[in-house]
Amino acid sequence: MRTEFLTIFWRDMLKFFRIRSMLFTSLVQPAIWLALYGLSMSSNFELLTSGAAPPPGVLAVNYLTFMAAGVVSLTILFTCLYSGITLQFDKEFGLMKEMVASPLPRSHILIGLSLSGVTKSLIQSIVIFLFGYVLGVRFFEGFTLASTVLSILGIFLFVVLLAFGLLFLSSMIALKLESHEGLQGVITLLSLPLFFASNALYPITSLPVVIRMASYVNPLSHFINGFRYFSLGSDFYAFGMHYIFSSYDILISLAFLIGFDVITYLLALRTIKKTKIV
Amino acid sequence: MVFNNRPAIQTGAAEDNVISVDNLRYRYGKTVAVDNINFTVKKGEVFSFLGPNGAGKTTTINLLTTLLPIQEGRVSISGFDVEKQPDDVRRSIGIVFQNPTVDWNLTAWESLEFHGRIYSITKEVRRNRIEELLRVVELSEKRNTLVKHLSGGMKRRLEIARGLLTRPVVLFLDEPTMGLDPTSRMKTWDYVKKINEEGVTIFLTTHYMDEADRLSDTICILDRGKIIANGSSESLKSALGMDMIYLETDDDVKSTQIIEAMGVASVVRSSAEGLIVSLKDGSQCMPKLLERIREEDIEIKNVNLNKPTLDDVFIYFTGRGLREESNETPKADNKGRGGNFP
Repeated sequence: MRTEFLTIFWRDMLKFFRIRSMLFTSLVQPAIWLALYGLSMSSNFELLTSGAAPPPGVLAVNYLTFMAAGVVSLTILFTCLYSGITLQFDKEFGLMKEMVASPLPRSHILIGLSLSGVTKSLIQSIVIFLFGYVLGVRFFEGFTLASTVLSILGIFLFVVLLAFGLLFLSSMIALKLESHEGLQGVITLLSLPLFFASNALYPITSLPVVIRMASYVNPLSHFINGFRYFSLGSDFYAFGMHYIFSSYDILISLAFLIGFDVITYLLALRTIKKTKIV
Repeated sequence: MVFNNRPAIQTGAAEDNVISVDNLRYRYGKTVAVDNINFTVKKGEVFSFLGPNGAGKTTTINLLTTLLPIQEGRVSISGFDVEKQPDDVRRSIGIVFQNPTVDWNLTAWESLEFHGRIYSITKEVRRNRIEELLRVVELSEKRNTLVKHLSGGMKRRLEIARGLLTRPVVLFLDEPTMGLDPTSRMKTWDYVKKINEEGVTIFLTTHYMDEADRLSDTICILDRGKIIANGSSESLKSALGMDMIYLETDDDVKSTQIIEAMGVASVVRSSAEGLIVSLKDGSQCMPKLLERIREEDIEIKNVNLNKPTLDDVFIYFTGRGLREESNETPKADNKGRGGNFP
């Protein structure tokens, strides 16, 4: 197997750690979300939902822990959707020319850059885990050590799958649009429904029917299902709601994300192959 | 004056051609950027494409280096068909693009390492070549300096080193000295010569006459997508077949009539700055010519006999100097252009 995509990955990671402002903002931004939005909302939500008592024997999860999954998804959403800008700049400043004039297949450019986006998402997720713990997020309650380790791997798998799909989507849009302004507009437009028509911050059962339908085909919802399943278990109580996940539900979410990745990859690959870079 | 219809001078087609281009044509929408051009580049030579901005030089390079798809015609490089075997072509060539394409946030060494890796050169070979090339372009000391902290000349040298990393058969240099100061230009020329002496065929584009003149074995003059002249620098100059006299008199109109009437010389250009006269055996004919003018009581203010420069060649073939590019929006990066024009 050719492994030149690792070279693209290497270059991008080198720059990620070298450009301090990039590193700093990408790590601090999710922490601020969790601290400001998480803490202030959770104090309100706990008050609102305090009347409802969890069924006996079911794990009660505080709002901060519940919405931590939302913050992880939001961070991945923004990091990945905006990463297409790198592609635009590389194209504009000629860096892409060096690559497309070489025998390197264009798929390697796409995969290499996406791989570094995925790595950044994983690093950010870990930061949220650690910072969240300080703030009072409690994952893996009542898990054995073995199931905790397995759950972390499960979460990583879902992070990787969501990030890849969003990165491919972003690459495709970035290459189709010529201007940075256009890209920013489209990303903002795209990220709002993706984020709010999902179960990131609240349960979807009580949402208006159209938004609820949208959230079923939203990759973010499926990511969050998986995330909560692995971090909180298959049976917990949060937001005045009793959540029960079956393995079947999780497999559907997994399949959905894999499908999302395959489709976005094929679209992005077609776009990068068609793009003239001179 | 219309010189555009003169037939192009062809170099003899040899068997050891590294590049051969047949009936190449490229259109951007309705605009024809490259208009049915034919040429060959011999192994080991320095071949220059000379022409003003917008003549089609970069489009041709982009077609030859597989960056643009071939629409019409055939190009073969090092025996590989550009359209059918693009990857083989890519492995045979090195390119130094017109605008810098090195990543500013990498060090000099990392830029080369990156390039070597995307061309799948094995680690040992790659590392050895990088050391060697850094020495050749005198950047060994700067190996760990970020590209953004290198001077313009150093960046260009780094790109030349990068182009050579894959040991290409042909090195393409698109306007290699644009935007460089005179010292850096000379240095770049030295490297180009040195590389060529090692056996690398060089294909370069330039709008600097002196650059084409000093470096090239063969020069191809391109204007509006067409080749208007093709030959060695010497043969292009003798295409004029003549010497040039720059003449200033107090009556240029009458002088022109006298010169034309003599039948040995012709006025190539007449402007406020004087006349440019082309003639055979200038040193012998000039005294006679000046004598005839003086006989008519015309005062000669200034006279200068020169071998023709490539600029004269360009005027001769196109009827206009390079400065007279019409309807062209000035490019932002043209600050390096002064000084080389008539």
